[in-house]
Amino acid sequence: MSATAAPLRNVERARPAASPARTLKLAEALAGYMLAGPAFLLLIVLFILPVFAVFVIAATDWQFGARSLDFVGLANFREIFGDEGFRISLMNTIVYVLIVVPGTVILGLAIALLIESGRSWRAFYRAVHFLPYMATLAAMAIAWEALLHPTIGLLNQTLAALGLPTANWLRDENTVLPVLAAIGIWQNLGFAMVLFLAGLKSIPQDLYDAADIDGADLWLDRLVNVTLPMLGPVTMFVVIVVALKAFESFDTVQILTQGGPGHASEVLLYTLYRESFEYLRTGYGASVTVVFLVIVVALTLIQARIMDRRVHYQ
Amino acid sequence: MSAGHRLAPPAAIARHTLLLLTGALVMVPFVWMVSLSLKPPGEIFRTSFSLLPEEWHAIENYTKALTEVPLPRYMLNGVIISAAILVLQILVCAPAAYALAKLDFRGRDALFGLVLIGLLIPHQVLALPLFILGYNLDILNTYAALIFPFVVSPFGIFLFRQFFKSIPDDVVHAARLDGLSELAIVWKIMVPMAMPAVIAFSIFSVVSHWNDLFWPLIAVRSESLMPPPLGIMAFKNEEAGNDYGPLMAASTLVVLPLIVVFLAAQKWFVEGLGKGSVK
Repeated sequence: MSATAAPLRNVERARPAASPARTLKLAEALAGYMLAGPAFLLLIVLFILPVFAVFVIAATDWQFGARSLDFVGLANFREIFGDEGFRISLMNTIVYVLIVVPGTVILGLAIALLIESGRSWRAFYRAVHFLPYMATLAAMAIAWEALLHPTIGLLNQTLAALGLPTANWLRDENTVLPVLAAIGIWQNLGFAMVLFLAGLKSIPQDLYDAADIDGADLWLDRLVNVTLPMLGPVTMFVVIVVALKAFESFDTVQILTQGGPGHASEVLLYTLYRESFEYLRTGYGASVTVVFLVIVVALTLIQARIMDRRVHYQ
Repeated sequence: MSAGHRLAPPAAIARHTLLLLTGALVMVPFVWMVSLSLKPPGEIFRTSFSLLPEEWHAIENYTKALTEVPLPRYMLNGVIISAAILVLQILVCAPAAYALAKLDFRGRDALFGLVLIGLLIPHQVLALPLFILGYNLDILNTYAALIFPFVVSPFGIFLFRQFFKSIPDDVVHAARLDGLSELAIVWKIMVPMAMPAVIAFSIFSVVSHWNDLFWPLIAVRSESLMPPPLGIMAFKNEEAGNDYGPLMAASTLVVLPLIVVFLAAQKWFVEGLGKGSVK
């Protein structure tokens, strides 16, 4: 008796409620599709399909404008890795990143620590150091060119006045890459500084109080025992983000050196641009794009893992 | 060390000295650019150092920058492109973010997955296929070419969704009881409540696209369509390094608008660009 009554009662109770609830649910879903639809379609057309297209084009010998193309499998990848020019470009990019990342992170951290160590003029110092990060790099590259000019540039004038050797910084294959990296550091250190400032703010004051009780009353003690260890995750994160920025650098090369002299300042994104859009070697350019994508996605996934871990620890 | 410690005078002096020094070094390119933009050619090519010109040539240089090349046109293009991109991004992203944050529908997780994939992809990777798409639609070398790749921003959707999620569901229910449509809830309730996120995103978007060189270089050829970075590059290539004064004046004018806004709204900038570049 009770075994049959219970389901019946359930059905009766459920029915009057179910139908309006279901229409409401339907209306909500419909609204969801309407509101998210445009973004969904655009994400497919402007992000997802293009990425697939890059992989497909990378497997062809297509030259932009040609009527026909053949699938060549991995031949493009064999070609780029066998190509002296591409290998130099990849190496240059790695060297560039290996200069920019430590330079930016160390300077950004040092400046953030200095700003945070006192109270006065914080906003002013932050603004000054942040300025290069938001200034139009294409225009600032031109200012840098004037600074680095072999005869009238401030750098060489200063060096000459001090009796030091001068150089034709952007036309010498030994100096061009480090100089571009220095511009990269100049541009990004304010960004690293901002991230470190946020990291410093999130260190709990109790840790400093505890360190005080433990006798860490010197500034250096607190720095080594509390601040730097607590900044560990932020630092890893800044390293990856700055590395991503460095891998994506293009403007200074395009405006100042065009990859020269020789191939001395050719970097990955510049190679991608030139092969794809100047030489119109579309299949080859797509393969370079795939290499670029793999590097950037790998770095981003590492960054996401670090972010995850940070969230768990807090 | 951390917030609040008052430094002993020697330490405070050391702090200011170091920060003034690094700050001055960081400012050198800006100062040099402005200094050259004030000088006549004779003084620029003289191998002796001075910050201010002996003979002021500012009016000549800035006039030349504004008249000999279509610099006002470039700046106007920058404004048109950045504004169009921003408006379209918000129009597309805010409703989608609301749907992801507050509505329940089949495929929502898949859509959010797409947003995350979009966040992962650097835009330069899309340049080649989007160039081909633009070619086939016959819109290369138009404003549309400069704008269409950016009309949907995965970062915008992500940021707005985070913010909308923090708004209590009761607010949405109350709005529905008041008879507001879902679209009206987005624009009249959610977006105004999410103003900090909207401002941060706007700064990130405008700065990115005002400064972008890579895509405009691919998408347009006509001078009349060039945004400032591409225009200044064209100007530099024309000058071939002979006429630094006007070139530096043009560079100064290109950099100036963002710096002025930055100084006026510093906090928002640091937040917007910090957030935006981290994703």
